[in-house]
Amino acid sequence: MSVFFGSDLRKSWTLHIGVIMLLFALQFILPAYHHGNLARIMVLTCYAMGYNILFGYTGLLSLGHALFFASGMYGMSLTVQHLGWSAGPALLAGLVAGFAVALAIGLLALRTAGVAFMIVTLMFAQAGYLAALYFGEYTRGDEGFVIQQSFRQLAGINLADPTNRYFAALILFAICVFVSLRVVQAGFGRVLVAIRENEERTRMLGYDIHRHKLAAVVLSGTMSAAAGAAYGLLFGYAGATFASVQYSIFPLLWVLLGGAGTILGPFVGTLFMFYLIDLSSGLTTAYMLIAGFALVMLTLFAPQGLVGELRRRALRWLP
Amino acid sequence: MTLLSTRGLSRNFGGLKAVDNVDFDLPAGQVRALIGPNGAGKTTFVGMLSGRIPASAGSVRFDGQDVTTMPAHRRIRAGMAYTFQITSVFSRLPVAENVALALRWRTGDDAVATERQVAEALERVGIADRADQLAGDLSYGHQRLLEIAMGLSQQPRLLILDEPTQGLADSEIADFVALIRGLAGDMTILLIEHNINVVMQTADAITVLNFGSVLASGTPSEIRNNAAVQAAYLGTG
Repeated sequence: MSVFFGSDLRKSWTLHIGVIMLLFALQFILPAYHHGNLARIMVLTCYAMGYNILFGYTGLLSLGHALFFASGMYGMSLTVQHLGWSAGPALLAGLVAGFAVALAIGLLALRTAGVAFMIVTLMFAQAGYLAALYFGEYTRGDEGFVIQQSFRQLAGINLADPTNRYFAALILFAICVFVSLRVVQAGFGRVLVAIRENEERTRMLGYDIHRHKLAAVVLSGTMSAAAGAAYGLLFGYAGATFASVQYSIFPLLWVLLGGAGTILGPFVGTLFMFYLIDLSSGLTTAYMLIAGFALVMLTLFAPQGLVGELRRRALRWLP
Repeated sequence: MTLLSTRGLSRNFGGLKAVDNVDFDLPAGQVRALIGPNGAGKTTFVGMLSGRIPASAGSVRFDGQDVTTMPAHRRIRAGMAYTFQITSVFSRLPVAENVALALRWRTGDDAVATERQVAEALERVGIADRADQLAGDLSYGHQRLLEIAMGLSQQPRLLILDEPTQGLADSEIADFVALIRGLAGDMTILLIEHNINVVMQTADAITVLNFGSVLASGTPSEIRNNAAVQAAYLGTG
């Protein structure tokens, strides 16, 4: 986490560009099943990376991020379904919806701190979930609705095709990685870390804490919404399940497992959790028992998450 | 020129008048010590100067403008720097990053200027060789020095130091006195200090608080010979 040294900066860019190139190469060798999984994991990672900006870097624990994910998903899918918008403008609508909801929630929820912040975000997300059910006429509630293949075209590219979908997911993933890296390396991100470490000291160094936290909520919420919009578009489905409390807990788990406050932690955590459930459910119907056991072990022996532990033991320069 | 002044500044905590109707003037360039028995209201008073604690009544003027309702972070940017009584560095961040955070709002994303000014500030307090360590791994005395470096790096017009020598060894105190004397020409310093030797060696003027009010103000020798001050400290009439 050193500050100035150009070599650390170079190493970290090399590493992250390397990961993206590796994911690009995997596209050509992975069997269809894992290929599809990885596309899904990359999009969900963007959700986790959005969450990580608020939780990992700013130290604000939200239990209501499903609201942002669902805002993006519904902003995109409802405009397609009911207004007949094409994919490009619909994606943008998802982003704008996420941005607006995050701004509103940020303004309200940041009047609280600590446990109250967790509860307030949880309640807002529940209100969002119930609203999705209430307006079932448009959202089809829990059952959800399928986004027709004919709408899933972006600039003439069919996003329902597995290869195109993989590339689209990879592009979104790359954008989120670079945005996160830039934020963390810029003064803004360093102030977020300072707020996480010692809020009062940061204030007395001359920083407007509230403005920084609000910006973090908005950035985090918008990135989560981008993931939600992309998820709906790439996999052709939108439903209220994605607004449920379960989907608020997932990014917290992924980030904790992978390493809060690391750029690659969300990816490693999402990948790990996805395959942990996938593999254990192949062995037994009590797969949550295996998953739960693995989670407990990780929490005991790698409390900073997989990438966090790697940073602590070997790679101090990891951002 | 008066850099900082207060009129009728008061702060109540419930029924307790922690600071009561204080008029205070600090000329630019002076090193002023603020002394007084425990519980005299010193920390509350500087808390109101810096904006950490809102005033119950009265006003604060800094550099010609009324800052009574200005939020703390804007007062810092207006030229106040504040070091905490209880060491409050970012213990899980490197020493250099601690100082960089203190000054980056001035240098922006200019990494070269940031790096140079961080090095200068650490050099000035004598811990430049520890720039890459985690702040939490420093000795207590070095953490105090880091606090001061963070304040200095902001190039403030007013540096508020809240009990900077608390918990320091004698040799470290001697270094601190030399440091303050070296700074005296560059900035105005308001020093809360219990160690009376440090006060006598560094301060141009002294203000004594007792039970939230100004008991006396004057040069070190005037204060030393003031009967009321002696009574407050020694408890004799």
